[in-house]
Parts: sequence; structure tokens; C-alpha cells
Amino acid sequence: MFASAGRLAGKRLFEIRQIFAQSHPQLEARSSAFRSFSTALNYHIDSPDNNPHVTFDFTDANKERAKEILSHYPSNYKQSAVIPLLDLAQQQHGGWIPVSAMDAVAKIIEVAPIRVYEVATFYSMFNRTKVGKYHLLVCGTTPCMIRGSREIEATLLKHLGVKRNEVTKDGMFSVGEMECMGCCVNAPMITVADYSKGSEGYTYNYYEDVTPKRVIEIVEMLRKGEAPPVGTQNPLRKKSGPAGGNTTLLGEPKPPPCRDLDAC
Amino acid sequence: MGFGLRAIQASRSSSRVLSSPNPSYFRSISSTPDLQNPESAAAASSPEPPPRNPLAGARVHFRSPEDAIEVSVDGFPIKIPKGFTVLQACEVAGVDIPRFCYHSRLSIAGNCRMCLVEVEKSPKPVASCAMPALPGMKIKTNTPIAKKAREGVMEFLLMNHPLDCPICDQGGECDLQDQSMAFGSDRGRFTEMKRSVVDKNLGPLVKTVMTRCIQCTRCVRFATEVAGVQDLGMLGRGSGEEIGTYVEKLMTSELSGNVIDICPVGALTSKPFAFKARNWELKGTETIDVSDAVGSNIRIDSRGPEVMRILPRLNEDINEEWISDKTRFFYDGLKRQRLNDPMIRGPDGRFKAVSWRDALAVVAEVAHQVNPEEMVGIAGQLSDAESMMALKDFLNKMGSNNVWCEGNGMHPQADLRPSFILNTNIAGLEKADAFLLVGTQPRVEAPMVNARIRKTVLATHAKVAYIGPPTDHNYEHEHLGIGPQTLLEIAEGRHPFCSTLLAAKNPAIIIGAGIWERKDKDGIFSAVETIAKLGKVVRPDWNGLNVLLLNAAQAAALDLGLVPESANSIESAKFLYLMGADDVNLEKLPGDAFVVYQGHHGDRSIYRANVIFPASAFSEKEGTYENTEGCAQQTMPAVPTVGDARDDWKIIRSLSEVAGVRLPYDTLGAVRARIRAVAPNLLHTDEREPATVSHAIKPEFYQKISMTVFGTAVENFYMTDSISRASKIMAQCSATLSKKK
Ligand code: SF4
Ligand code: FES
Ligand code: FES
Repeated sequence: MFASAGRLAGKRLFEIRQIFAQSHPQLEARSSAFRSFSTALNYHIDSPDNNPHVTFDFTDANKERAKEILSHYPSNYKQSAVIPLLDLAQQQHGGWIPVSAMDAVAKIIEVAPIRVYEVATFYSMFNRTKVGKYHLLVCGTTPCMIRGSREIEATLLKHLGVKRNEVTKDGMFSVGEMECMGCCVNAPMITVADYSKGSEGYTYNYYEDVTPKRVIEIVEMLRKGEAPPVGTQNPLRKKSGPAGGNTTLLGEPKPPPCRDLDAC
Repeated sequence: MGFGLRAIQASRSSSRVLSSPNPSYFRSISSTPDLQNPESAAAASSPEPPPRNPLAGARVHFRSPEDAIEVSVDGFPIKIPKGFTVLQACEVAGVDIPRFCYHSRLSIAGNCRMCLVEVEKSPKPVASCAMPALPGMKIKTNTPIAKKAREGVMEFLLMNHPLDCPICDQGGECDLQDQSMAFGSDRGRFTEMKRSVVDKNLGPLVKTVMTRCIQCTRCVRFATEVAGVQDLGMLGRGSGEEIGTYVEKLMTSELSGNVIDICPVGALTSKPFAFKARNWELKGTETIDVSDAVGSNIRIDSRGPEVMRILPRLNEDINEEWISDKTRFFYDGLKRQRLNDPMIRGPDGRFKAVSWRDALAVVAEVAHQVNPEEMVGIAGQLSDAESMMALKDFLNKMGSNNVWCEGNGMHPQADLRPSFILNTNIAGLEKADAFLLVGTQPRVEAPMVNARIRKTVLATHAKVAYIGPPTDHNYEHEHLGIGPQTLLEIAEGRHPFCSTLLAAKNPAIIIGAGIWERKDKDGIFSAVETIAKLGKVVRPDWNGLNVLLLNAAQAAALDLGLVPESANSIESAKFLYLMGADDVNLEKLPGDAFVVYQGHHGDRSIYRANVIFPASAFSEKEGTYENTEGCAQQTMPAVPTVGDARDDWKIIRSLSEVAGVRLPYDTLGAVRARIRAVAPNLLHTDEREPATVSHAIKPEFYQKISMTVFGTAVENFYMTDSISRASKIMAQCSATLSKKK
């Protein structure tokens, strides 16, 4: 019993040391390494490009869309539109929502700003700090993890020379983590949020069955402005079907047995 | 079992949970061995539970007999009204359910899961706070399943909760501590790092240690629902969840201190009280607050001669269980700038401490040298009824009738009691469905009254209309205008608001006592009475015409008849007796007037005083105060008084003897007997006497109304009287929190 307690304590000490070893370089890094959350800080720190005094306004086209979104909800439940509006703001603002955009949304749906902050911090798909034009999200949930998502992330980070949630120098790429995106059958997978064309040309694509080699290819294609084929990257598979084609249900299935009523 | 009993001991009488009068409930709380052994658990739960009494505070109102449903709690049948939750049903049955997020005055969140109970035929334990009780439900609170569920929840809660009880100010009155004594395990199975959360800055009153937070969201709901400041929120999710304001923001509410009480753990504690004392070292004295005219019920916690903190006491009719920040935090003013010796100003303009005998002799001598008409007495806003009685009797005996209480203006209508109190009563305001606020900003004048109005507005969508300078009410309202002009329009039926008023079933008009300082106050009051007649505001079954008083002494002063004889008595005064009056304008006082200041703080009037009599503050004496509803309540001495100070009425009594006009009372009881002859209602504590005379018999006034706009009666909420002006905490608050416009 004592031995096990000792082992536990030893392991714990090792973990703590490891965490601190990683955490020193800078504060930003600590928060992401220390707390294994996919999102950033849960409070706002003013910066020159992100503070309540920066003005944010929806473009005219998006104002129309906002109106359209609001029309989906009864006029006394305007606050229901908070998520679509935040999403719109995020697309318009190059993939992330500054505080002033949240304030703007709060004004539209007539609630206190804090109610919008609550929603924006809850959903990890809302980025509250700058992201690249292409925001690469690596799935980190169990099935993908078993199929090698950690390796995928490490490759991406190394290739781009960034840390998690950091933007490359040219502003093109950033890498984040996301939880299961419902694509486990083609694990591991990454998704790419493409903010390079504003809210009109905004796309959100899944790249499945990726390998470390393939993700680098995908990144390079994106960098050149090409559009890599979405879906499974395994040439042997079609959609989520098995590699090498179907193995079952090859012919027309037999119809259900039916009694010959006349024979009775 | 030992844990259970120790938990009872640890939880002080005020603790919201686990203070069941019936120890049999605790007997069944045990640590896990019982659980692993169903037979022994079954044996422990006796077949016939003894009948129980409802827990303190659990009230049952049946609107109609059909509303009653029957459920059984631990095999014991009880009747409850429809719409009660399982947890409320258990409370009625006398079973205390452990809880963290549920609070009877806030909306139901159902997110802590501590209140799990077993319900027959339900596959899983149910969160009793959020589950409506249905007819015939069989609720079981002491089965192995319920206990195991609570133990499981407790283990999860303690997973991320720091083990810093020894340095935590909540220690000893912490719900988590108490309940983990009953349901917690002595070791955890969690070997990961505990999470840590950055502390937030909520201002000078509330200290945060956010790592201790258990995400019950009580504070968020309090801020949103009761305080009406939507600043706090729950940010993030999962184990990253934290309470905060997201952007850097202070909590600018006059009720913010209450989050300290509702936070079940030590995440939100009192900043001024931080590390000052442990709660079990404190002596609690149940008394009354005097910082405004509401008379909130408070408990003064003291250690030795020092007031350590002030907490609210439950009083459904006045302050529910909240108090304003001024009430809670102005206590440090009681320790600063106190007057502790009788003093006389020498020829060099400096005060010299003298003995009581000398000081009294000097004053008595001067008093005999002036004409009786030139004697004026003014009671301060913190004076109790007993001392005001003594002051009036003394001056009357000296031949003067110029005695009044500051804030009451020059010619208050003291004879008609309904014309100066809040006739609807604070609790009664909840029945109103339209409010007209005339020249009053309840949010700063009487935060507890404002909280009621807000509660009513939220619950019934009552309409609020306001006439006065633009201010920040924390509920939806219509700003009709800034001056008497609008009032006249309504009185003449020309204003669109008239239709709202006529449509309302129970309209309430609240007039600020600040209007008494205006020259045309009678005109304004008669305009308001016209409106009242128009809108049927005063009926036999409803009296909606109210005056909201500003300070604690006003109502009693008017009841006792402290009304000045002449309007310009100050201008001709030769002998001015100030009993704690610091807010009177002494500019017109003749230079050769002799000023006696009797009070507890060296505040504004001290600069003009010739003689100082040190008196005791409200925390040091027994006195009667009448609140704005006309409800008399008594303070109790919590701490000894400072230095040579004496109770106000005793000082005046001695002075009368030295001056040769001995007042006929030597004890507090005798003073009260005298009060009985003047205003018997002041002795009926905690009673509200319905108005006996109606407004109708009041003489009509045809005074011209000037068109000057209404002013603000309270400029700075945090500094309104001599105690709060001496308080450092209040100074910090007004520096950081009062809105600079
Ligand atoms: S700070 Fe206190 S009241 Fe607020 S959620 Fe945390 S534990 Fe609850
Ligand atoms: S685990 Fe990666 S998509 Fe489900
Ligand atoms: S008290 Fe019921 S879930 Fe918290």
C-alpha cells in the first residue's frame, strides 16, 4: 500500500515538473500548456486590436443577413440569434470575434454584453483571439487520438513553426484543437476553416483519414490557393466506405421472404 | 454519525443548511460502510419515522383547497400546494436537503446536483430543487441511493476545490465545509492537478478567490435578478468554467455585498473583513440598521469592543435577506473620528477636554441667558426616538418649541401620520401594478425598497413611471419628466400616463422626502393628492400614496411632534442644540450663537460647535427607530461605547437637571412611558399600524408650485451620514464605484 502511494506521489511530482518545465517561456504558452482546454483564456485582456473601444460594425451585406437571421425568431426571443450572429461576425472579421463584435451582437439582440460573452466563451468554435486565414483544427478526441491525431498535430505545428493557437508570421495558418466532429469513422481528421474569402466565400471543410505526410501536402496546397479534395484522403476509400471497395452487400439484396398467399 | 453531529455543531445557527432541529435526520447520515452493506442500512432506517416540523422559514400558503396535493417524504405524508418542488416539499416535511445552487429567492438553476433524492419509480436519483412535486410522489431522502448520490457529487465538487480552509475566511460558515462533514470522504481518488482560476477584481467590497468557486451560479443569478446589474456571468465550459465579467469591470451595485452571503463557499468573501476574525470568535447582536429609513434587520458581529462586520437578518417584510452595501460596510466609520470626551472650545478656538460636570454647567448657564424663543434644537438623522423625546421635553421645559429633525423641512405635516409614511408597506409594494415615483431615486435613497420595486417589476411587469432628474433605475421605467410641470399635467389629466394609472388595479405613488426641502412642497403634495384621487390610489382596501423617507430618525421625529414653530428660527437662534445634526445648513446662524453639539462623530457641525457632548452610536445603545413604513424597531447594544460617551437621552436628562428643569425620567423604561403618552405606536415594535385618518380630511393647499425641477436627495449613496462619512470603506467605494457623470 505504501509502495503504491509512493509511486503515485512520484508520478505526480514528475507530472508537475513537466508542466512547469513547459510553462516557463512565456505567459501565453503557460496558459495553453497548463490547462488542456481547446479554447483560450476565459477572460479578456485588452490589446491594441481587441478592446471594447475598437469599433466593429457589420458590413452592409451582413447587416442584411443579420436581419434575415433575426427574422427566424420571434421578436421577443431575439436572443436566440446569438450564435448565428456571432458566427457571422466571426466570418466577417477574419475568423475571430473581438470584444467589440460581441458588444455589437449584444446590442442587436438586446441583451447585456455578458450574456454574449458567456456564449462566445462556451463554444470553442468561436475564436476570441486572432487566427490565421486558414484555421486548422485537429480532432483530439479518443477515436482520432488512437488513430494518431497527436502525431498529426505535432507534424502541423512543426511544419508551420508555431505553437497551438498561434498564428504563422504571414498570418496564413493557425492550428487549434477541437473535440469530436462526428467523423470518427474516418479518423484521424482535421478540419479547415477558410476565412480567406470573408463571409461570402467562407468554407469549413473536413479532411479525413489524414497522415502526417498528407496534412503537409494539404497545407501546401492551401498555401498555393488550391483547393484540396475534401473528405477522405485515403485513395482506397470512398466516403466512409471500407478501403478497397465494399466487401459486403455486393449484389442486389434479396427481397424479404413473402408467404405465397395463394398456396394457402 | 460523529461527522453528522459535528457538522451540526460546526454550522452556526445562521447557517442555511443542516441546522435541523431534529437530530434523527442526522442519525441516518453515515459514512460509506453502511452503503456497502444494504442490510445494516435497512436496519438503520427505522420503520416509522417520527413526525417532523417544517424547517424554519418554510411556509405553506394554499391559495385554494384544490391546490393541495399530497406527497410522502420518507414515508410521512404531507400536503403541499401545487407547484412546489420536491425540495420545498421536503422542507415542509422537516427534512433538510443539502444544496448549493438552490436559493429560495433566486431562480432555479439545478446545476450542483447536491440535492439528489430518490423518488419511487424514477430510475435515477432526481435533483429535488428543480423537480416539481407531483401528486402521490414517494420521496425518499435517506436511502442508500440518495446518500451515495450525494457522496458522489461531493467527491466531484471537492475534486477541484482547494484545500485551503485554514486560510479561508468562509471557514466555519461554509456550506461546502459543513456538507462535506456529512457527505465527504476523508480522501479523494483524484490524482490530477487541481485547476486554478484567476481572481477577479469586483471592487473594494467583494474579495474573490475564484479557485474556490464551485460554479453554483448563485452570484450570477443574484446580480442579474436581484441587483439588476448584468455584469457577472459564467464563462467557458467544462472544467474551464469560471465566474467573471469577461472584460475588466467592477460590480457597480448598491447590493453587491450580498453575494458574499449567498456564495456557499469562500470564493466571494468580504474584502474589508478579510483575515480580520474567525466567525466563531464573534458575538452576534441582533439589531437594526440606521443608515437609511428602511430599518433593515441586521446582526452586528463584534469581538470585544470592536464591530467586526454586519450581516443581514431575515425579515420578510422589510429587507428579506439582503442589505445594502452601506449598511453592511459602513461599520468601520464607527471606529474613526469618534468623540470621546466632553469638550469646550476655548478662547483660542481650540477644543479642550473637560469633565462632564463642567461641560454641563457651562451649557446650562448659557441656556439660561438666552430668550426661550432664541433656543433651537435639531435632532440628527441617526437619533433614536427616546433621545428625540428627551430633547423636545427639555427645550419645551426651557420655554422653546423650536425643535425639529433634519431632513423634515420646515413645516412638515406631522399631525397626519399617513402623510409621511410608506402606507403601502415595503412588502405591500409587491401587490402594486403601477408605480409613480415623484422626485425620488429609491436606488440610492432606500436600496431595499428599490429591490422590492424591482422584484415586483420583474415578477408582474408592473409599470414604473418616474418624475425627477435623469437617473439610473435598474428596472424598466418611463421617464415622464424632470419637474412639477409633468406632475401638474398628470393632475389635470392631460398626460398619457393617466391612462396607465386609471387602468392599474393597485397603483402606488411614492414621493421622495427630499421634496420637503422645497418651498412649494405643499403645492406639490396637493398636486400628488389630486393625482391620487384621480387614480383611486387611496381606497379602503389599498393605500398607495407613499412617502419614502430618507433617514432613520425622520418618522419617529414626526410622530413625536418635532416640528419647528417658526420657519426662520435658525436665523434668530442664540442657543443651538445639535443632537447629531450634521446636515443642517448653519450658514444663516448668527455669529454670536452658542452651539452645543452632542453626537458620536466629529463631523460637519463640529466646526461651528462651542461645546461637544460625546454620545453613543447606534451600535452601542438601546433605542427605538421607526422606519419609513411606520414600523418601530429597537436597536440593541453590541459593543461598549467609546471613552466618556453616554446615551443621548441620558445626556439631555443630566443637562436638564443641571439647568434646573429636571426631566421626570431616569430609566429607559420611564422615557418609553413618556413616549407612550405622545406616540404609543413607537412602543409597538414590529407592528405596522394602518392609517386611521384618511388624506381626505387634510386641509386643501392652494400654494403656487414653482417650476424648478426636482433635485436629487442623495448625491452620493456611500456617504450620507456621519458614520458613513467617517468610513474608509465607504470613501473607497465612492471613489471607485459612484458613477462619474
Ligand atoms: S463564486 Fe460563489 S456564488 Fe458564485 S458561482 Fe462560485 S461558488 Fe457560486
Ligand atoms: S473522434 Fe475525431 S471525429 Fe470523432
Ligand atoms: S440544489 Fe438542486 S441541483 Fe443544486
